[in-house]
Amino acid sequence: MISLSGFGGQIAAGTLTTIELSILSLLVSFAIGLAGATAKLSKSRVLNTIATIYTTIIRGVPDLVLMLLIFYSLQIWLNDFTDWLGNIQSTFDIEQINLDPFTSGVITLGFIYGAYFTETFRGAFMAVPRGQLEAARAFGMKPGKVFRRILFPQMMRFALPGLGNNWQVILKATALVYLIGLTDVIKACQNAGEATFNTFFFFIIAGLVYLALTTISNGVLMLLERKYAVGVRKAVL
Amino acid sequence: MIYIIQNYWQALLYSDGYQMTGVAMTLWLLTISCAIGFCLALPLSIARNAKNPVIWFPVWLYTFIFRGTPLLVQLLIVYTGLYSLDFVRNSPALNEFFRQGINCTIVAFALNTGAYTTEIFAGSIRETNFGEVDAARSFGMSQFTLYRRIILPSALRRALPVYSNEVILMLHSTTLAFTATVPDLLKVTKDAYSATYDPFDAFGLAALLYLCISFTLIFAFRKAEQHFLAFLKP
Repeated sequence: MISLSGFGGQIAAGTLTTIELSILSLLVSFAIGLAGATAKLSKSRVLNTIATIYTTIIRGVPDLVLMLLIFYSLQIWLNDFTDWLGNIQSTFDIEQINLDPFTSGVITLGFIYGAYFTETFRGAFMAVPRGQLEAARAFGMKPGKVFRRILFPQMMRFALPGLGNNWQVILKATALVYLIGLTDVIKACQNAGEATFNTFFFFIIAGLVYLALTTISNGVLMLLERKYAVGVRKAVL
Repeated sequence: MIYIIQNYWQALLYSDGYQMTGVAMTLWLLTISCAIGFCLALPLSIARNAKNPVIWFPVWLYTFIFRGTPLLVQLLIVYTGLYSLDFVRNSPALNEFFRQGINCTIVAFALNTGAYTTEIFAGSIRETNFGEVDAARSFGMSQFTLYRRIILPSALRRALPVYSNEVILMLHSTTLAFTATVPDLLKVTKDAYSATYDPFDAFGLAALLYLCISFTLIFAFRKAEQHFLAFLKP
């Protein structure tokens, strides 16, 4: 039996942080992706350009560079902002807002992977037959209802393979947040390894934790794909 | 911004006077790891499609493990983990090899991109049209000639768009090299940041340089696709 030398609790807590971080970033990037895809497909040229610039730049620059850029700059911008607020309105005092690595990790990961989700959703939106949307509008449905009842459920079926990919990438990208100082599963394993002079073993444990997480999410994705494929006839070869 | 460019342009682009740094280092890491990964993936992707489980199972396990864990963890295992083992430190050759950060980085990067490339090539070999294979067999081609003349040329062409994505992602992954003290573009940028405490300018400059490299690669791959996939044009 392998022994964790009493570091099991720390490693479990680190794993929990990793899972929380990836789920929250997934939600943020999901929302940004939906908004971005809507902007890219809208008729407004301004929205189109903004969304195109956003996805091009984010997907062309390494995520780690963006993370360091946003993590260090965001704090300075926030400080400047609160300074400025305090200067123009000395009546009430504004506390300095401090960003912890977890929050900035969620913001940066969400912002970065929002660009990838934008592209996934754009492709999926375009895959929904136009006739169905026109039929829904002809029934007198409002745009919100068309989105909720017709577009979204069908779009999800086309988007799921891409979404699954993005989720796996986000899960693995949370490892980067360790580099800006978050105590995640890697940090916990590093602490344990340095204390027991057995870094090899504990980094293998970190790898196994990630392997377990990706394997479990693979299974969940397969179930989801089956759920959203209900009522779709497949060609029998 | 001006200060950083004036003081660090040489280190950011090619050298700090002692060794290769910056963009040159990043490109070297990208080239060598993609080259090793490609050579690794070619035989492994054929083995991945074998009928015999003794052959395809180890390859599947390799791609499963390397695609299921973050590159950072793999790099940490190779860089700090392996060196904590006694037999590595006691054997002179291994000791010499794994003490160099750049060797560890290249090993980790090559194995990682090799796993992704194997799956890309294996998928595209699996999609080969059965008619082409039947025709080649009926010409009396041996298994080796079949792969060399028919399957591989067409499978590698069809894999090109996906493979170009993998190369771009690998470029993004090379930023991790600074954790193993390799002086790549991000390492120089971090030095510039520590000297100026100006994160937006320092990292913004790095982002611009990475953006240029990405666009050059995308352009080159688009040209390659036009050349190699010309037969698919409408």
